[in-house]
Amino acid sequence: MSDVSTELGNAGTAIRKANDEGRAALVGYLPAGYPTVDGGVDAIKAMVDGGVDVLEIGLPYSDPVMDGVTIQRAAEIALAGGLRIRDVLGTVEKVAAYADLPVLVMTYWNPIERYGVDRFAVDLAAAGGAGLITPDLIPDEGAEWIAAADKNELDKVFLVSPSSTDARIGLTTASCRGFVYATAVMGVTGARDQASDLAAPLVARTKAATGLPVGVGLGVSNADQAADVAAYADAVIVGSAFVKALNAGGPAGVRSLTESLAEGVRRERSTPVAR
Amino acid sequence: MTAVLPDQLGHFGRFGGRFLPEALIAPLDELTTAWQQAMADKTFTDEFERMLREYAGTPSLLYDATRLSDIVGARVLLKREDLNHTGAHKIRNVLGQALLTKRMGKTRVIAETGAGQHGVATATACAYLDLECVVYMGEVDTERQALNVARMKLLGAEVIPVKTGSRTLKDAINEALRDWVASVDNTHYLLGTAAGGHPFPAMVRDFVRGIGDEARAQSLELLGRLPDAAVACVGGGSNAIGLFAAFVPDTEVKLYGIEAGGDGYETGRHAATITAGQVGVLHGARSYLLQDEDGQTIESHSISAGLDYPGVGPEHAWLAETGRATYRPVTDAAAMESLRLLARTEGIIPAIESAHAIAGTLEIAKELGPEATILVCLSGRGDKDMDTAGEWFGLIDGTGKA
Ligand SMILES: Cc1ncc(COP(=O)(O)O)c(C=O)c1O
Repeated sequence: MSDVSTELGNAGTAIRKANDEGRAALVGYLPAGYPTVDGGVDAIKAMVDGGVDVLEIGLPYSDPVMDGVTIQRAAEIALAGGLRIRDVLGTVEKVAAYADLPVLVMTYWNPIERYGVDRFAVDLAAAGGAGLITPDLIPDEGAEWIAAADKNELDKVFLVSPSSTDARIGLTTASCRGFVYATAVMGVTGARDQASDLAAPLVARTKAATGLPVGVGLGVSNADQAADVAAYADAVIVGSAFVKALNAGGPAGVRSLTESLAEGVRRERSTPVAR
Repeated sequence: MTAVLPDQLGHFGRFGGRFLPEALIAPLDELTTAWQQAMADKTFTDEFERMLREYAGTPSLLYDATRLSDIVGARVLLKREDLNHTGAHKIRNVLGQALLTKRMGKTRVIAETGAGQHGVATATACAYLDLECVVYMGEVDTERQALNVARMKLLGAEVIPVKTGSRTLKDAINEALRDWVASVDNTHYLLGTAAGGHPFPAMVRDFVRGIGDEARAQSLELLGRLPDAAVACVGGGSNAIGLFAAFVPDTEVKLYGIEAGGDGYETGRHAATITAGQVGVLHGARSYLLQDEDGQTIESHSISAGLDYPGVGPEHAWLAETGRATYRPVTDAAAMESLRLLARTEGIIPAIESAHAIAGTLEIAKELGPEATILVCLSGRGDKDMDTAGEWFGLIDGTGKA
């Protein structure tokens, strides 16, 4: 790919830096505003202190159809506490100032459309944000966001799924900047005991379509699972498990889970991961 | 089929489309193909028509409501969808989609329900066609529509009360979508209204459009001409689009959608989605919705569980924006007054949803004058609403005088 360096964008560059060390990157998710705006910032900083490579900050939404109960509850609590989009941008700003790593926002589409797509892109870039992960926006409907992201040099992370046809994977990866988010299971977010056997073939199909890094998320919750996924993926994405760790042990719990997952993604791979 | 919309990706102008997780996109493509092939296959359409005729009892009557007309001050024709099997227009859509489920080789059906009419119709079709059935229903609605919960269970469906968010229809849809993402291999999501991601708005419209196709032919036979206006209540919009579809090309027929005005539009406690007029994305499509400044969905309020939804199907958004149809709210109080009016004048107890259409007709008749003939979709019967009506009119404790 001739322009692979621009497509790598912010998050892709950080992931490749980890890959160059012979390991997968660790991507950590927590929602903004949970349990409070300041408490959320502290929890996210704890992921940084524990050794995460890329951050995803969730924008709590009233109708999160891709989320299981853990993240749903967190979003409900954040919104009941009066969280506004400006607080999410404030969280991004504080975290980006604290950490020298890419800070993405993960959001359902309607809040962005309502805020104004261009306006959000400008404000996110100004806050030091790296881009968006959009679980309910497909590139087919994403022209306005794609244009705004390109203008503001933001990452556009779209999702691929085990059900995606090769044609759709081609279309989706061609629209991504940063990395490609591969959902490991057919289902919503939530920690799972069982590793998914759908993820590895999906990563292989995705890598056949793009030179971008591929991150795998949905269901990863501990160091062993992270190590399993790190054996074939460029990045391991963890979300619900961080919310649970925060519920159980506060920022210290988040930090210790991060350290454990960071160890998981550094375990020796039996074979190098193809780019 | 005369409709040229939506386009290939499900757009009605700037509305519609697909705003859903990628995991559902390939399954929605498969559904689109299966539906289009089925509609082009005479064995499918013949079987669908046979079931509608022999099982659901359509075509439903077009009833010349002369006593009601005297009070309304214009001639009112009622399209009696309340007489269909299971008591509402919903059975049409359900039989179409359930038959399609069979054709696709899926064995499990999930559905959302508000009033419970769609849930009952789905449970009925699943019993009839031997499909496993799970219905998601907001906890609030399981309480105010308890009769329908019992009906669904008797028909063999599992009813799952949804306890998240506002615990009404919108949250039942969220929960059904979460189920579907994980189960789409063997499960069809039998969506109950003309909303959602493509192909649902167009597919549901085409399965329910018999309402208007029949009423158009029945009007021509009865009147020798078309009615001056067609009126229907709008929740997600299925009975309304089912009525309107046949008349959209007849520009001399005015189309009116009646939204749930709850406590009154000005109080903010309502479900008048189009009247409130903000464009956004909810449950898979771009349309009008009730939302705050940050794009968070605002909870709707209506005495009618079937209209208590902060979104609306995208084709209605398009009909509103192009001016082809007009949408206006009526309050809970006006709807309940009309429910009693229809009961007292015609001996017909309508669903509270349908009573909104009657209340809207009272206003529209004043504007159109005594020479006008107004076709109204009586989308369902009121048995399920007797608790609510009993409380409203004070009938339960025996002291009230309805
Ligand atoms: C009798 C009846 N009418 C109308 C509706 C509203 O739905 P729609 O707008 O899809 O027709 C319902 C929904 O439950 C209903 O039961």
